[in-house]
Amino acid sequence: MGIQFYVQNALGGLAYGSLLFLIASGLTLIFGLMRIINLAQTAFYLLGAYIGLSLVGQGWNFWLAGLAGGVLTMALGLAVYSAFLHRYHADPLTSLLLTLGFALILDDGILARWGGDPHAIAPPAMLGGSITVGSLVFPQYWLALIGISFLIAAIMFLSLQRTMLGVIIRASVDDEEMARGLGVDVNRAFYIVFAAGALIAGLGGMLGGPITSAYPGLDGELLPLAFAVVIVGGMGSLTGAFVGSLLIGLVNAFGKAMFPELSYFTIFVPVALIMAFRPQGLFGRKL
Amino acid sequence: MILPVSPSNGQDDMAAPAGVCLALDGVSKRFGNVRVLEDVSLSIRTGERCGIIGPNGAGKSTLFNIIAGELPPTRGSVQFLGRDVTRLSTYARARRGMARTFQTTTLFPRLTVVENLVLALQAHSAERFQLLAPRSRFRARDAEACALLERVGLVGRANAVVDTLGYGEKRQIEILLALAQRPKLLLLDEPTAGLAPGDATLVTEMLKTEREGVTMVLIEHDMGVVFDVVERLTVLHNGRVVADGPLDTIRGDANVQEIYLGGKL
Amino acid sequence: MSVRTRWAIAAATGLIVALLLPRLGVPTFYISLLTQTWIFAIVAMSLDLLVGFTGLVNFSQAALFGVGAYTVAIGATRFHITGFAEVIVLGIVAAVLTAALFGLVALRSEGVGFIIMTIALNEIVWGLAYQWVSVSGGDNGITGIVRPHVGPFDVSANTGYYYVCLAFFVLALALLLIVVRSPFGLVLKGVRETPRRMLALGYNVWLYRYLALMLSAGFAGMAGVLFAWYNQFVGPVTLSLDQTTQILIMVILGGIGTLYGQLFGAFVVVFLSNELSAVTQRWEMILGLVYFAVVMYAPGGLVALVPRLWARLRGRRAALATEEP
Repeated sequence: MGIQFYVQNALGGLAYGSLLFLIASGLTLIFGLMRIINLAQTAFYLLGAYIGLSLVGQGWNFWLAGLAGGVLTMALGLAVYSAFLHRYHADPLTSLLLTLGFALILDDGILARWGGDPHAIAPPAMLGGSITVGSLVFPQYWLALIGISFLIAAIMFLSLQRTMLGVIIRASVDDEEMARGLGVDVNRAFYIVFAAGALIAGLGGMLGGPITSAYPGLDGELLPLAFAVVIVGGMGSLTGAFVGSLLIGLVNAFGKAMFPELSYFTIFVPVALIMAFRPQGLFGRKL
Repeated sequence: MILPVSPSNGQDDMAAPAGVCLALDGVSKRFGNVRVLEDVSLSIRTGERCGIIGPNGAGKSTLFNIIAGELPPTRGSVQFLGRDVTRLSTYARARRGMARTFQTTTLFPRLTVVENLVLALQAHSAERFQLLAPRSRFRARDAEACALLERVGLVGRANAVVDTLGYGEKRQIEILLALAQRPKLLLLDEPTAGLAPGDATLVTEMLKTEREGVTMVLIEHDMGVVFDVVERLTVLHNGRVVADGPLDTIRGDANVQEIYLGGKL
Repeated sequence: MSVRTRWAIAAATGLIVALLLPRLGVPTFYISLLTQTWIFAIVAMSLDLLVGFTGLVNFSQAALFGVGAYTVAIGATRFHITGFAEVIVLGIVAAVLTAALFGLVALRSEGVGFIIMTIALNEIVWGLAYQWVSVSGGDNGITGIVRPHVGPFDVSANTGYYYVCLAFFVLALALLLIVVRSPFGLVLKGVRETPRRMLALGYNVWLYRYLALMLSAGFAGMAGVLFAWYNQFVGPVTLSLDQTTQILIMVILGGIGTLYGQLFGAFVVVFLSNELSAVTQRWEMILGLVYFAVVMYAPGGLVALVPRLWARLRGRRAALATEEP
């Protein structure tokens, strides 16, 4: 295993971690703010991928199709949130069961509409090639995905730090009662965070599509990874989701390369360590 | 009521220097930058009844939580019956003979009054691990619970679900639960909080008729109750002990009177 | 008639009917579904011990159930362990040991934290079953499991196996009813209600949660063993998060903290999913909608719903009666 092995897997891991961030960032913020464990978050990803896929099939541009997938997913997420979930943000068990029921419904709907066969998603033509450095070869699209995810992460961090909405969200994560007491419109923050979570996950479906492709059951496979990210990073922490995503992405890549049969296990080694020694995660507060 | 002071169960007492029940040594507590307790040292003899008073935010509840083991002190140590218990968990301290009540009623709301008391009575007995025999085989426990209820005139409520009790009744059960533990040290956190005067008297009577030899530490705002029950008073202010001594001495202390007791003694 | 006698009569009648059903010309297909009902009722009751009596919402119950099932499969195909009693014991032990490990990790948190940790643990076990192909057969699972003889009896036919599962259900219900009525059961309820006071009374709350988890795992593992024999196949679906949800829905449908209610919960879920899948391809969606409806509108479960509907019906009748001149 030479240097090539490490660089190749490190890049692959970063790319995979980048797409995990698109899922886990929403998961962690929605939990931190509303105490809702949204088990439909990876189903949002899958839905976004399929919608994008269909639009590309009709001649849409890759990026536009991805954006449309994200927006439509967001609309669905908002509908479910405002119709049912918003009533249960103080009741983690009920909301969890509701999101699970919703994930089941969504999965079956996806199966009904797009069938059971896996669909590959081609990266946009301009990024279809590979970069060769010495004996290293990696797809251009990996680098693009890493770049885009870092950009999205930067936008999220900046909006949390610099905007009024971000201040409200951070205040409510810390102490909802107090935020309400200060006359802050917490409910509006709830809607916006849920919408943003669904949008980014839906968009992520298309962006990550060239790596994961799209098939029924993909959401079930991604869910443990997203959970691993959130546990390692700490529930409710965006920084945690970012660091955790890259960490889990890397562990996943190297685990798959070195112990193909036990890659889930290798992912959960850091998780188990965190759970045993720092249950609140790297950047989280005690639950 | 018969609450036998197990005389030979006294390895702990043997180790205790000259009958000291509870000793705090230089206890400090900080939350972030906030100093809640600052170098609190206290020594309470076995059988002593000690009141802790002080304005809101003086650190009384924090002190209680440190004694009971719910919070670790930032510095200092807690000795109970001659042993350092600073690092022991709440339940381990309870098993050594510490019992406490809570300022906000902390009972088992969906269980009956008898079940609540049985939980306290069986806490140190092997039967708590008995899982293959129905509780109906342990009638003696229920009888014991009813005897306790008899004492406070609540035997008629024995099978009522605690949630349905009145506030005054709940406060009585709150104390009864701690008494049922047969404690060597009883920590009472504002036992009469929120009670009407009549009910407060009931509670005071309960405490006064408690057997001799039980060490008591009482946090209380109602000075009537304090003077009725305790013989020693410790005044806490801004996390420090500012006065400590026999009831009458502290009572006469003009300084304490004026600042902490509103001058109406 | 005292409440107690009425319960005894109801239970006895139910048992007699259950014993007679296969002899009354009920189609094999339904006998098979009822067998499945007994099995799922056991695992649902085991989860109710945690959710309803100890206050632990364990999302790794399917993993414990699945460990029991995989024990049968791996024991039979790799180690040729097929004896009835030894497999049951092995399955129970495997599930209890898994729970002992889970508890060390998950019981460091409470409430939502515990839920999240147990979801993660369930996913780890699922991931192992899904990916560790050389041991678990991966997504294809393990086939070729044969139902054993119970002593001299051949229970490989559906009717015989129906009675085996019924017997285990009755045993599990009886044991669990004894446990929740025991002094230990009272301690669990105390832990469910107010852990803080339990600590102040001198109870090691962690220990009781840990014991309850392992006890529950024993029953879940037992049900898993029965399920592997029932299906004669084990796959990763058996220990998926969806499976945990399904078990939890049975618990909620039946009425949390009732034990006997879980039988109704299991019955409804088993029959509904089978009947629906016969009628429509979209049965999973309908099941999802049912989950949704139950969680939103009947959080007390069927056991609580029936008297409520009854009262409302009677109330309406009474109202109609008074309207008449």
